Amino acid sequence: MEKTAAANRTVRLRIKRCDGPGKPSRWEEFRVPIEPGSNVISCLQAVAANPVTVEGTQTTPVVWDSGCLEEVCGACTMVINGKVRQSCSCLIDDYVTGNDDVITLEPMSRFPVVRDLWVDRARMFHNLKRIKAWVPLDGTYNLGPGPREDAATAERRYVLSTCMTCGCCLEACPQFDLEPDPATWDTSFVGAQVFGQAQLFNDHATSRQHAGERLDVLMGPGGINDCGNAQNCVQVCPKHIPLTQAIGAIGRAATIHAFVRFFRG
Amino acid sequence: MSQQRVIVVGGGLAGLAASARVAEGGMSVDLFSLVPVKRSHSVCAQGGINACNEVARQQGYSEYEHFDETIYGGDFLADQHPVLEMANWAPRIIDLLDRMGVPFNRTSEGYRDLRLFGGSLFKRTHFAGATTGQQLIYALDEQVRRYESEGKVTKYEFWEFLAPVIENGRCVGIVAQDMRTMQIRAFRADAVVMATGGCGLVFGKSTNSIICNGAAAARCFRHGAWYANPEMIQVHPTAIPGADKLRLMSESARGEGGRVWVPRAKGDTRDPKNIPEAERWYFLEEKYPKYGNIVPRDIATREIFDVCVNMGLGVNGEKQVYLDLTHKPRDYLDRKLGGILEIYEKFVGDDPRDTPMRIFPAVHYSMGGLWTTHTKGSYTPAQPRAKHVSGATAPLDSRPGQGLAPGATNNMMTNIRGLYAFGEVNFAYHGANRLGANALLSCIFDGLFCGVSVLNYVKDEEPAKAPAADMPAGAFDASVDREQQAMKRLLATVSGAKPDTLTNPYAIGKELGDEMTAACTVVRTKARLEQCRVKLAELKDRYAKARLPDNAGWGNQSLGYARMVGDMLALADAISLGALERRESRGAHYRSDYTERDDANFMKTSLAKHANAGVTLEFVPIDDTLIAPTARTYGKTDAKAPAAS
Repeated sequence: MEKTAAANRTVRLRIKRCDGPGKPSRWEEFRVPIEPGSNVISCLQAVAANPVTVEGTQTTPVVWDSGCLEEVCGACTMVINGKVRQSCSCLIDDYVTGNDDVITLEPMSRFPVVRDLWVDRARMFHNLKRIKAWVPLDGTYNLGPGPREDAATAERRYVLSTCMTCGCCLEACPQFDLEPDPATWDTSFVGAQVFGQAQLFNDHATSRQHAGERLDVLMGPGGINDCGNAQNCVQVCPKHIPLTQAIGAIGRAATIHAFVRFFRG
Repeated sequence: MSQQRVIVVGGGLAGLAASARVAEGGMSVDLFSLVPVKRSHSVCAQGGINACNEVARQQGYSEYEHFDETIYGGDFLADQHPVLEMANWAPRIIDLLDRMGVPFNRTSEGYRDLRLFGGSLFKRTHFAGATTGQQLIYALDEQVRRYESEGKVTKYEFWEFLAPVIENGRCVGIVAQDMRTMQIRAFRADAVVMATGGCGLVFGKSTNSIICNGAAAARCFRHGAWYANPEMIQVHPTAIPGADKLRLMSESARGEGGRVWVPRAKGDTRDPKNIPEAERWYFLEEKYPKYGNIVPRDIATREIFDVCVNMGLGVNGEKQVYLDLTHKPRDYLDRKLGGILEIYEKFVGDDPRDTPMRIFPAVHYSMGGLWTTHTKGSYTPAQPRAKHVSGATAPLDSRPGQGLAPGATNNMMTNIRGLYAFGEVNFAYHGANRLGANALLSCIFDGLFCGVSVLNYVKDEEPAKAPAADMPAGAFDASVDREQQAMKRLLATVSGAKPDTLTNPYAIGKELGDEMTAACTVVRTKARLEQCRVKLAELKDRYAKARLPDNAGWGNQSLGYARMVGDMLALADAISLGALERRESRGAHYRSDYTERDDANFMKTSLAKHANAGVTLEFVPIDDTLIAPTARTYGKTDAKAPAAS
């Protein structure tokens, strides 16, 4: 690929920092040398090894969350130049080409900050419990194979199942608010991630038996009616999961479910 | 009697499988993880999971051949019985994962699709796109979440394991630290399962996640657990070089037809697409006509290394070779390999469907790990059998209990009572080289099969008479106190002065990685290893004077990093000592000063023990009573010269 970036250059990381919950935020800027293949993670590693700001002030290493560094674990999600994404796949040479260009890093805003760029996404995992995002297995004993599945269904489910719980879709959603208090999680908006996962399990031959329960939850507070249809979610999903299709499918299923429930009493 | 509990440390495939099995058995589980378990390193596994299957069986394959391949692939270093049991359970494990809803790739009739993988001539690898590990861990994560919602599993995520609590030779709990609040506390348990994965970070950049630092295993090692075959580190032949890590390019790329080559002429800088077939050297295919590009990893790695480093034939004179998939149709590649091709595209910028990928070997997996024991099953032939002829009738069926005794309480228990090691952190299955797509299998097998052993131990042995919950607080308090003192000592080094490379823990960690990569990977020699051990001694001295850059009492990652560097130094000590003392070449361990395998002296487990004076190493015999060792050649021919045609 054509690289237009200058050799021996640096970038400046402008980072929104916060020492912990309830503490004020501040900005600090660091100058980092770039080598071929540098990404935001390698820049943050350089800052950790030498935490000195552009003003020459000694500070503490910036804290951030990361794991696989190849965009399959979801950990290193943050807001880079105003857009939510994984920091590992943010390659500097693809991103900015000038010498001493500035890259701004902020923590996601819809989750409570633990420290600096590290946020707590426990609510996303909690929401998976709300919709029983699992196959109701009889147990781990040997009972033969699972249901046979046609290739098209498997491929459809596979895409939904690549959701790495990163939170991009929620950060971009105008309806999904910061809710630090877990007591509110059972009634606050679930967001696109959960609709995708509900669809994944409603599409599985064994797990379909929970479909009604899932739809009951998603027709309640914080469910499908809270979706404003802004469609930001599908644009920021790093795995290209068809989230708006999933929301549509859940919406249609919910309508039918409500109808059936009404007549069955 | 008090409620009995089991602690599982690590929430990857092995830890989640163990948690599910123990919870299902009615025992409460406390699950500890550095990260939300769904983000564990198992997500990085790409290619698939091996098991005998109906199609392969009708072509002559069997569980027994899977067992035989694994022993041969591991160059006859593994104790053989656990491997037999694992291979026999593999098809049942696939069925279970299928029931859990893993979206395995399907054939046109809706059966599970299969692909070819290294070290086998049969298609026996099941897969879900090219993110099989991610799909498998998600399925197990979902099952454990179900148990969590029922109150049977309690998760401690963002908690770091600091030490086992050992009382009278028995593990009765752990000390752990909340990485947010920095609180250190003890947790009691009647058994502790370590499922903490590998140690790639000891080598600096590897294919591993940033959390695979080996520190948890090292902490057990430093508290008396034995560490076996530390020198057996797998270097994967195909990875994508990067500034922060070396990203894996799955073996499935070769299993699905990828061809490895370099230009025959040195210094040929033409665009690879403009180099005619006759001027390309497909060196693996030429040297290994039978297996071709799917020779096992250690062999492919050494051949690539040889071509680039010794012959100077690397692409553009650099340490890289082509991995070429461009002859395959795009839709085929998207369906079977989409996930990994996207990673390459994202991190390199080229589309591997159009342009051959440029790859080089990288540290990938630790075959060695915490030493574990087991109880042999019912299969005890009078004589070891000769190597199985591929496709021949299996000499025994695949009934459970022939390799290992199901439920025996010592299966995968370390030398410390009540302390188990499951998955990559143990040493039990892969000998001197792991075959591709056997890792996911060994993790899940350990969790499910040996999870029962944990349950039985807690119900029937020491914990039944003296539950950890009823023990006096002394041992727990002392362990917490010791860890708190260690933390205070590290935090007290913060001075606010500018960091210097001599005492900067990040600099020490980086130098450790560079040294270990240079001395302890593809080609090892006595001289270089001795030099490495001098460097390690220097790094240990500097580490003792390390200064932290942060003394925060909340979310202090520097503390965790600095503490881990000390543990990585202990593992590096064991790895380099094993590499130095094993004066032979076997599997992943290649000594250019001892190029032959030496069964008489070294068909033995190297056993590292940690004492105050440092690490000691001894060699103990393996159990090879099932298959007699043979030369491991994979049908290599004499194709040596590139000879431009």
